[in-house]
This record gives sequence, C-alpha cells and structure tokens, in this order.
Amino acid sequence: MDIQYLRKGQELYLYLKGELDEHSVVSLRGRTDALIDENASSKRAIFNLAGVRFMDSTGIGFLMGRYKKLSRYGMGMAIEAPDRNADKILSMSGIYSLMPKI
Amino acid sequence: MNRMQLRFLSRSENEIFARNVVAAFALPLNPTLSELSDVKTAVSEAVTNCIVHAYPDDEQWIGVECETDGNKLHITVTDSGRGIADIAQALTPFYTSCPGEERSGMGFTIMQTFMNDFHLTSVPGEGTRVEMTKCFGGTAEADAR
Ligand SMILES: Nc1ncnc2c1ncn2[C@@H]1O[C@H](COP(=O)(O)OP(=O)(O)OP(=O)(O)O)[C@@H](O)[C@H]1O
Ligand SMILES: [Mg+2]
Repeated sequence: MDIQYLRKGQELYLYLKGELDEHSVVSLRGRTDALIDENASSKRAIFNLAGVRFMDSTGIGFLMGRYKKLSRYGMGMAIEAPDRNADKILSMSGIYSLMPKI
Repeated sequence: MNRMQLRFLSRSENEIFARNVVAAFALPLNPTLSELSDVKTAVSEAVTNCIVHAYPDDEQWIGVECETDGNKLHITVTDSGRGIADIAQALTPFYTSCPGEERSGMGFTIMQTFMNDFHLTSVPGEGTRVEMTKCFGGTAEADAR
C-alpha cells in the first residue's frame, strides 16, 4: 500500500493506493499514524480510497482504528471515492455513521 | 466440470496469492467484474482467518479447493488449526475474539453476503472448513452500477 497526503486548509487528505489486506495493513498503519501526528492541527482527515483496488474486512478495522486515533486529537474523519467493493463493505459495517462518505 | 487444489503456508503474503489464483481459475466462467471482486474478497476473508485465528503462532498448511459446476464455482478453504468452539458466536456480525487488534468481526458476514451459499464446519483442536459457492450469471450492466 502506498499513502500520500495533501494539506488543504484545515483538512488533511490521505490518498491510499494498492490492495488493503491483513498483510499490507501492517506498514500502512504506522505510516498513516505518523502523517496524522504530523498534521494533528488540522480539523479533519479525509481518506481518499480511489486508488484502493482491493479491500476486505481489514479495511474496516484499519479505518476504525484511525477514527479512534483522530478522535483523541479532536479531529473528524470522512471517506471519499470508495470503489463498488469497498463501498459495499463499508456500508455493511455501518461505518459511514461515524465517518461520512463525501 | 473443472477442479483445482492449492496448498500454501499460512503467511500473510499468501493472501493476495490465494485470492488471485481463485479469481484466475474462475475466469472461464465469464464472471462480471463485481462477481469476481466478491469472490476475491470472500477468499481473502477465509484465508486471512486461517492465518490469524487457526494458526496464531506458527506457519502451517492452508488448503483451497475449487470446483466449477455449470455457472457455479464451489470454493473450500481448510485448515488444521485451533478450530471454533462456538460457531453461532463466530458467525455473529461484529463478533471477534481479538477485539484489541483492530478487527471488525465482519469476515464471516462478508463471506455470507458476497457468496450465494456458505457453510462453516469446525472441530476445536482439529480444524475448520469453509465452503462457499458463487453463481455467475450477472450482466455487464451489474458492473456499471
Ligand atoms: N479458521 C479459523 N480458525 C479458528 N477460529 C476462527 C477461524 N475463522 C474465524 N475464527 C473465529 O471466528 C471469529 C469471527 O471471524 P470473522 O472473520 O467474522 O471476524 P475476525 O476475523 O475476528 O475479524 P475481521 O475478519 O473483521 O478482521 C474470529 O474472531 C475467530 O475467533
Ligand atoms: Mg476474519
């Protein structure tokens, strides 16, 4: 998994790319958390999933974990551009009530 | 009818290998992109469970068998690991035995939703077997949705 970020005003955009599974999530977690720590002054983190070609339930756990971390900084979270598969999984999990799809 | 068997070690790098092999095996059945994506996700869930839950401490064998039958693909994922004592609890949406590990407990729910047929059998101390079937026959329009 690859992650890139862009700071736009008060918002931190995180662009994920690749296949998100139990193997790839290990290093992604650390890199994402480091970016959140460096940008903890922003108001909201927006996870852009347009580049995520594959995702299983690991994605739910990963996004929930980041949601908890962001909450400790008082930051909000949103999801952008999930593909059909990711959207199906995220809808099933009810996660959009915590982090809206924008 | 076509068949294949796969055996590989319970290393997390084999998750991508297993789901892509099954997807490649399914191609002659002309699945739509979304049907193929459903199959890959379900296989990834079952294989990940073997790696994480069946063999938490060491690398052991995981088996994946596929059989085609008309427009249907039957997939069986087996391990000889820890097994599941309470199947009803394991199948409950959001139940996970590892709440501290960023797991959602949605693996079995996803397999059941994404596949047309799902069956779980397990013997504690002996292993677990997940059987799933996908019926292909969607239209290309399904992909456009
Ligand atoms: N192959 C297996 N061997 C032993 N126990 C298993 C196996 N597969 C699943 N389980 C048990 O069933 C529970 C539910 O599995 P499920 O895949 O639904 O959730 P999870 O793996 O805990 O979380 P997630 O899949 O969302 O990361 C697991 O927490 C585990 O206790
Ligand atoms: Mg699981």
